[in-house]
Amino acid sequence: MLKLVYFFVGLGGVAGSLLRYFLSILTVHFWGKEFPIGTLFINLTGSFLLGWMTNSLVVPKKLHPYLLTALTTGVIGSYTTFSTFCYETVHLFETRKYIFGLLYIVISFFGGLFFVKAGKKIGEIGK
Amino acid sequence: MSEILLVSVGGFFGAISRFAVSKQVQNRNKSSFPVGTLIVNLIGAFLLGLLIGMQMKGELYSLFGIGFMGAFTTFSTLMLESEQLKAAEKNKFFYSYIGCSYLIGIFLAFCGLKIGKML
Repeated sequence: MLKLVYFFVGLGGVAGSLLRYFLSILTVHFWGKEFPIGTLFINLTGSFLLGWMTNSLVVPKKLHPYLLTALTTGVIGSYTTFSTFCYETVHLFETRKYIFGLLYIVISFFGGLFFVKAGKKIGEIGK
Repeated sequence: MSEILLVSVGGFFGAISRFAVSKQVQNRNKSSFPVGTLIVNLIGAFLLGLLIGMQMKGELYSLFGIGFMGAFTTFSTLMLESEQLKAAEKNKFFYSYIGCSYLIGIFLAFCGLKIGKML
């Protein structure tokens, strides 16, 4: 029973990974592969959702702690990805798209911080 | 359909591994520096580079690349922890966390890619 939380995190991981998988197929279909807009969209929306969940669900302890871990660590943690971001950055530089590479780093960093903050602010209102 | 299953299985174990490893690492660290997430992200960045360098494609890549490594590493937690460090005015931790994640992460992905190509 002690390890049940791991199972919940795993289930959250399935949901988050599938969402990431489908969204990245969709974005490649509509925008192509010139710039990794799919991962950027996923990482920024995930940052917003994690900020929002933190202040609207986790801090006020609205749900069972296992369910909260499954949603935050499981779903949102797996939905967003750092490894793909790093690889895509290397790929942009290797294909000499230096401006795109730098833009990707800068937008994901400042955008990520901004969206976490925005999510927290909105979560504060709704709790 | 099989691809959906492979991404799911990879995501299931990737998420559990991240949870377990980051907890283990963080428990050994007494400070508020988020070393657990950092270690997980750096390992994952290197390994994904390695898989791609090795030309892993198709079903294996869906399982290990998209599923496992995608779920094992996380961007949202990195951002939440950074924001918390900044809000707590732990500026040294904030800059070193961001710097280590981005610089070492991208460097390790590059190394993984190169090493994978040699294998």
